[in-house]
Amino acid sequence: MAVLSEEQSMLRDAAKSWVQEKSPVTAFRKMRDSGVELGYDANAWNEMAEMGWAGVIIPEDFGGSNFGYLSMGLILEELGRTLTASPLLASGLGAASALVLGGSDEQKSNWLPKIASGEVVGALAVDEGAHHAPEKVALKAEKSGDGYTLNGTKSFVLEGLAANLYIVSARTSGNPGDTKGITLFVVPADAAGISKKRLSLADSRGAANVTFDNVKVGADAVLGEVDNGYPLLEKVLDRARAGLAAEMLGSANQAFETTLEYLKTRVQFGQVIGSFQALQHRAAKMFTDLELARSAVEAALQAIDNDTPDVPELVSLAKAKMGDTFHLISNEMVQMHGGIGMTDAHEAGFYLKRARAAEAAFGNQAYHRDRYARIQGY
Amino acid sequence: MADFGGSDLENFRKEAREWLEANFPPSLKGGPNPAMREERVEPTPDQELWRKRMGEKGWGVPTWPKQYGGGGLTPAEARVLQQEMGRIGAYNPIGGMGVMMFGPTLLEYGNEEQKQRHIPSICRGEIAWCQGFSEPGAGSDLASLQTRAEDKGDHFLVNGQKIWTSGAQYADWCFCLVRTDTTKKHEGISFVLFDMKTPGVEVRPIKLIAGNSPFCETFLTDVKVPKENLVGPLNGGWTIAKRLLQHERNSLSGAGPGGGGGGGRSLSKLAKEYVGVDEKGRIADSDLRTRIIMNDMDLRAFQQTALRAMLESKSNQGPTAATSIMKNAGTKTLQDRAELTLEVMGHQGLGWEGDAFTAEELAAVRGWLFGKATTIYGGSQEVQNNIISKRILGLPDLTQHN
Repeated sequence: MAVLSEEQSMLRDAAKSWVQEKSPVTAFRKMRDSGVELGYDANAWNEMAEMGWAGVIIPEDFGGSNFGYLSMGLILEELGRTLTASPLLASGLGAASALVLGGSDEQKSNWLPKIASGEVVGALAVDEGAHHAPEKVALKAEKSGDGYTLNGTKSFVLEGLAANLYIVSARTSGNPGDTKGITLFVVPADAAGISKKRLSLADSRGAANVTFDNVKVGADAVLGEVDNGYPLLEKVLDRARAGLAAEMLGSANQAFETTLEYLKTRVQFGQVIGSFQALQHRAAKMFTDLELARSAVEAALQAIDNDTPDVPELVSLAKAKMGDTFHLISNEMVQMHGGIGMTDAHEAGFYLKRARAAEAAFGNQAYHRDRYARIQGY
Repeated sequence: MADFGGSDLENFRKEAREWLEANFPPSLKGGPNPAMREERVEPTPDQELWRKRMGEKGWGVPTWPKQYGGGGLTPAEARVLQQEMGRIGAYNPIGGMGVMMFGPTLLEYGNEEQKQRHIPSICRGEIAWCQGFSEPGAGSDLASLQTRAEDKGDHFLVNGQKIWTSGAQYADWCFCLVRTDTTKKHEGISFVLFDMKTPGVEVRPIKLIAGNSPFCETFLTDVKVPKENLVGPLNGGWTIAKRLLQHERNSLSGAGPGGGGGGGRSLSKLAKEYVGVDEKGRIADSDLRTRIIMNDMDLRAFQQTALRAMLESKSNQGPTAATSIMKNAGTKTLQDRAELTLEVMGHQGLGWEGDAFTAEELAAVRGWLFGKATTIYGGSQEVQNNIISKRILGLPDLTQHN
C-alpha cells in the first residue's frame, strides 16, 4: 500500500469501517435480489454522500473536499471489496472531473455542488458500439441558432438510468474515427428528446442505452472547446479508468482473500486443501500479481494527483494489469471453490461477473495494451 | 578527516564531495566496476589506487563499524555518499561476497578475534570470499548437506564436496557449512571458515550452457580447519546460514534480479529494426507486438513495485509483503524479455561467436542462456512460491496420509 498522508489514512479507514458494518457483500446480493432498476441502494448512496465521498475530487469552493484522486481511489477500493454498487465512480469521479477540468464558472457552480452533495448523479455518455472507442463518435451535434441539436445513441452508459446529468461526447465536424471534431456537452437528463433504455447486465450494476432525438441545447451546454473536446475527454476517461482500476483492485483482493480462506478450511483427502502444493503455487501467483497490479494502480492515481505528463501511459498500464489480474483471480475463485463456487448462493459468481464488466468498461486489456504501445511509439 | 558522528548532513555532503574530488582518479569516471567482471583481470594502476584509497577510508562499506575498518556512517550519510559518488561517476571498488553477505553476518555472529581478523581486509577489498553451501545432493534442500567435519581436538577434519561455489577459482577464503552431527538435520550443521590455500582444497570451474564458468566444484579432502575458525556455537550454523541468506537477498533486491536480458536497447526499438513497421508505425508483426507490450508492462509494474517496496520499508510501515514477490516477478519478466529478444533477432539471434554477428546479438544469446539460472539460484522459483504460500499466506504443510 502506498505511503499515505494522515488525511488519506483516515479516509481509507472510514471507508473500510463503513463497508464492513453497512455494506458487506450480502448488501450487494440484497440489492440484486430486489431488482431495483437504479442498480444501487439509494439509502446507501445517501450515506456515502453524507460522508462527503461524492465531493472528494471537487474543489472546496464548489462544496467538495479536494482530497484528490488517490483518496478517491482508496474509497473505491474499499467499496470494490464487497462489490458495493453506487454511482460514485460515474458521478463523483467521471462527471465531476469533466466539470472540474473543463467547465466554465457557471457550469461548475450549477452542477458541482449538487454532485458533491449526491443530489445530482452525473454519468459519462461516450461509447456507441460494442467496444470502447472514444474517437468513434457518430452522435451528431448540429448547430441550430445559438445552440445545438443532438441526434444519436450512446450505449453502455454506466449509471445511465439513475443519471440526472450526462457528459456527452458528440460530433460537430469530421467523421467517426477522427479525434478532431468532437465536442463535449453538459446535458440534463430530463431534456426533451432523451429516452433511456435500462440494460440488465450480468453484474447487476446500473447501465443504460441513452437515445438523443432532436435534443436541443444552448451554447452554454458546450463543455470546453467546440471541435476540440477530445483532449479533455481523454483526461476525463483516464481519471475514470484509474478509479475503476482502484475499485477492481479492491474486488480482486477480496476475491483472493475469500478463496485463500477456503483453501485453509476445506478438508478433502484427510487434509486442508491448501496444503496441496499445486494450489499453494497458484495462490502465490495471484498474490504476486496483486502486488504488481497495486503498484501500477497507485502510481497512476498519484500521477493524476501530480498531473505529470505520463498519466496516459500509467493509466493504460494500470487498467491493463488490473484487468489481467482480476480476470485470473475471478476465474480461480470459482475453480478453487469447486461445486459451491458454481452456485448462485456463493459470491464467487458475483466477482466473476463484475470482473468482466469492469474489464470491458473504458477500454479492456487489449485496448490499453495497444494504447500503451502507441504512446511509447510502437 | 573529522569524525562526523551526528553532524549536519549537508556538511557531510560537502566533505564527501571534496574528498571524492581529491581522491577519485578522473580516468575511471563513469567506467564500469572491474570487480563486476567474471573473469579476473589485473587492475590498472588507477583502479588499484582507487581501491586502496576507498579501502583506507572505509567508505566501500560506509555503515560498517569504524573499529573494524568500516566507514562508521549513518544510513542517511551513506545515501548522501552514494549520491555524491553517482554525481562524480565513481563506482564502489569494494564488493564481493565479503561485503554482500559474509561481513554483515560475521559482525553479528563472530567473536571479537574473528571480527578483528577478517573484517578489516574485507573493508579494504583485499580478501575475496566464496560461499561453500550447496552440494550435489543438497541444493534446494540445503540442510541435508553432508560435507563432514570431524572433531580432531584442536581442529576439524573436513571431507566432502561443495558445488556452485561462485568465484572459488579466485577466492582467498571460504565460509562453509559442514555437518558436525549426523544424528540431527538442521541442528547438526556448523559454520566454519577456511583459507582456500589449505592443503586438500581443490577447485574445478564448471562450464555452463552460456559458455562461461562463474561457478565451481570445490573438493575438500582431509582439510584441516582450526577450531578458532568455527563461527558461533557448534551445531548452531543453520541459524547463521539463514541470516546470511537474508543479507544476500537484501543486497540483491536493491540491485534487481540481475541476469540475462536486462538493459541494452529497448525491445520495441530492436523489433522495429529487425522486424519492421506497418504503415501506422507499429511493429509489423502484431502477435510479437502484443507480447512485447505485455513484457514492457510487466517490467514497468515490477519497477514500480521495487520503488513502492523501498518507500514502504523506509516509512513506519516497515518492510511489507511486496518484498517477498520481487525475485519471482523480476526473474520471470527478464527471462521473458531475453526470449523475446532472441525472437526479434531471428536468425541473427542464434550466433555463438564470430563476425557474422554483432556484439549485441552475441550478448543476447549468452544473456538468454545465463538468465535461465536466475529462476534456479538464490532460492528457486518453486521454493519462493513455497515461501510465499506458507510464510506469507499461511497455507499449511501436507500432513501424513493415514
